Amino acid sequence: MKHCLVVDDSSVIRKVARRILEDLSFAISEAEDGQQALESCRQQMPDAILLDWNMPVMDGLEFLAQLRKLDGGEAPKVVFCTTENDVGHIAKAIRAGANEYIMKPFDREIVEAKFQEVGLI
Amino acid sequence: MSPAEYDFLRQFLKARSGLVLSNEKQYLIESRLLPVARKAGLASIAALVSKLRDPREAQLADAVVEAMTTNESFFFRDKVPFDHFTQLMLPQLLERRAAKRHLRIWCAAASTGQEPYSLAMCLKEMGPRLAGWRVEILGTDISNEVLDRARAGVYTQFEVQRGLPIQNLLKYFTQSGDQWTISAELRSMVQWRKFNLLESFAGLGQFDIVFCRNVLIYFDQPTKADIINRIGKLLAPDGYMVLGAAETVVGLSEAFKPVPDRRGLYAPNLVAAGGAAPIAGVRVAGLGGF
Ligand SMILES: C[S@@+](CC[C@H](N)C(=O)[O-])C[C@H]1O[C@@H](n2cnc3c(N)ncnc32)[C@H](O)[C@@H]1O
Repeated sequence: MKHCLVVDDSSVIRKVARRILEDLSFAISEAEDGQQALESCRQQMPDAILLDWNMPVMDGLEFLAQLRKLDGGEAPKVVFCTTENDVGHIAKAIRAGANEYIMKPFDREIVEAKFQEVGLI
Repeated sequence: MSPAEYDFLRQFLKARSGLVLSNEKQYLIESRLLPVARKAGLASIAALVSKLRDPREAQLADAVVEAMTTNESFFFRDKVPFDHFTQLMLPQLLERRAAKRHLRIWCAAASTGQEPYSLAMCLKEMGPRLAGWRVEILGTDISNEVLDRARAGVYTQFEVQRGLPIQNLLKYFTQSGDQWTISAELRSMVQWRKFNLLESFAGLGQFDIVFCRNVLIYFDQPTKADIINRIGKLLAPDGYMVLGAAETVVGLSEAFKPVPDRRGLYAPNLVAAGGAAPIAGVRVAGLGGF
């Protein structure tokens, strides 16, 4: 079973994402900000990370930069999932090493399509 | 809606667009056609039906046909056909047409344009290999409404997130709010035309590749077979046809045979079509890859 880390400061979003990803047969762990996510990755590197941008303590972009420097941190497929919906943000995320990008609001079909896109399903 | 009205509409739709409705689709007709009736100033389905019986009501007839179509589409739908396109069809045809440097592709039920534009993106990604080539993409559909949307090339945030890789969104679209417009360059690669698959294909010319996906599912067996056979006639003998994931030629037509290990991809069955032996010979030699 593939493991996906869901990183979002909203517990509602985490719950929605968990439900969708569990249906797609992922094992889920959650983090509320970039810092928590980084710790989780240090303990166990996930196969996939669904990543919010704006979060307290450490934001998604900063987390991504740190993650890619970690041992094995190149491996996880990172899919941003954020309300930052403009070309500037998208381009920045891709340059920083994100594999895909979901613009909120999202639904089951979009998550599935994007995870397929990066070869996770 | 009375049984007589329902029967009339079923026959009307079958004759106009090939659409086959099973017995219990009254709710579907009502939900799709009541708005059409209202827009025409008619109070009920009954009033709509009596208007439709007048052959001069061509505009209303078109509106009814359009309202009953299912237009769902997305970029790179099912992915696999587009892999066939870039990995098998294009490399082969680029070799075979090297002298003419001309390819023609038909999307026979193009809906809101995602399929032809996905093909256009595949072509762009081939880069310099296509320099000096003329590649035509013709997108047709029975519905003017979807063709207008296809021509405009404007998609919602939801539509650009279903199947479109984020890199392609950045590369080929410009954003205005939550709308995304496909680039003028890609738009210029596709021609649009209203066309009903029940009508004669004469005048369309010959094609190297035909995408006819997710439209035959709405038709009965004889209509499916007829359309497939006629596609066989306008396709180059070494061309390809692509059907949707829920569609097949098997049991319907001898004009095509499935390409092994390439789901949804069909090649003309030249022997069954009475193709001359030498042509079949050339073809087999050319198929080297499989
Ligand atoms: C579900 S869409 C398929 C779009 C695209 N090929 C795809 O696979 O995503 C089906 C389209 O077929 C069109 N259609 C239905 N009957 C038709 C006919 N008789 N001739 C041409 N187009 C037709 C509808 O208007 C609709 O846009």
